Amino acid sequence: MTSLTTITSTVTASFLASFVEVVEAFTIILAVGLSRGWRPAFTGTALALAVLGGLILLLGPLLSLIPLHLLQFAIGVLLILFGMRWLRKAILRAAGFIAIHDEEKAFAEGTDLLKRQAADRRADFLAATAAFKAVLLEGVEVVFIVIAVGAGRGLIGYASLGAAAACLLVLAIGLVVHRPLSRVPENTLKFVVGVMLTSFGIFWTGEGLGANWPGADAALIAIALLILAVALTAVRLLRGLGAAKLEAISR
Amino acid sequence: MTAIRAALAELVGMFIDDGQLALTLIALIAAVTLAVKIAGIGGLAGGLVLLAGCILLLLESVYRDARRKAAKRDEGPG
Repeated sequence: MTSLTTITSTVTASFLASFVEVVEAFTIILAVGLSRGWRPAFTGTALALAVLGGLILLLGPLLSLIPLHLLQFAIGVLLILFGMRWLRKAILRAAGFIAIHDEEKAFAEGTDLLKRQAADRRADFLAATAAFKAVLLEGVEVVFIVIAVGAGRGLIGYASLGAAAACLLVLAIGLVVHRPLSRVPENTLKFVVGVMLTSFGIFWTGEGLGANWPGADAALIAIALLILAVALTAVRLLRGLGAAKLEAISR
Repeated sequence: MTAIRAALAELVGMFIDDGQLALTLIALIAAVTLAVKIAGIGGLAGGLVLLAGCILLLLESVYRDARRKAAKRDEGPG
């Protein structure tokens, strides 16, 4: 039986990860909509959503053909790679070694590019393509996250709910503020999501190898807390490293 | 062709950012899988080795990158 811990972690991981991805896609759709009009923005978005829908319809039934242990192992390995990539970047950003992702800047760059393309007779097509590409690329990540956090325990429905809630929330906030969601604490979210996805990855891969984790599903929380503690310590140590370097230069 | 290549690059980029980290993670998972399936160390022991290995590799990766970036800063724009 699936525990409440697993369901809660699945919905939370899916919601937070999707929220970050949707915010990034929303910035580009907004840039297209405000600088070229809403028609190319919605056309590109609708086409990308159709491609994503096709992808889900194609891949969804295939998942049920894979034995559970093999599925957990394969998804676990991909989650470790995916989650560690997020966590690694989030640690380096939090420690000041990589610039924080700035939605205002991404919006300005998108708008600037579309303005430069305004004289082109294919301007609407290029604008729709920009929206299509943004939604497709971020959407593929959302689809992967939903499958990855949900498939290991047959919780794709719960994971999809988390992702849908994230989409609706970004859309609702976007409709109200009508500007890039730059005040979203993106790196904090990425930090938390990186910890959660990496923990899911280690947990599933372990289960795929036949590990009976102590405390069953509760072990997921323990793994996540341990990784969180390590990641926070890494940020502190790296900040120290940066400060020591600056001190050495100023001497 | 360019679009397909770009899409593939994006797909790979979803999982691989620091190539050395990705390679060592795959090597770790392969080693743990062999240890469990062939050497018979037990699933839980394998899981714990995987957990410890992932933590060590993460720390190594961020420390290596931070040092590289700090060294670049020291060199300055010139």
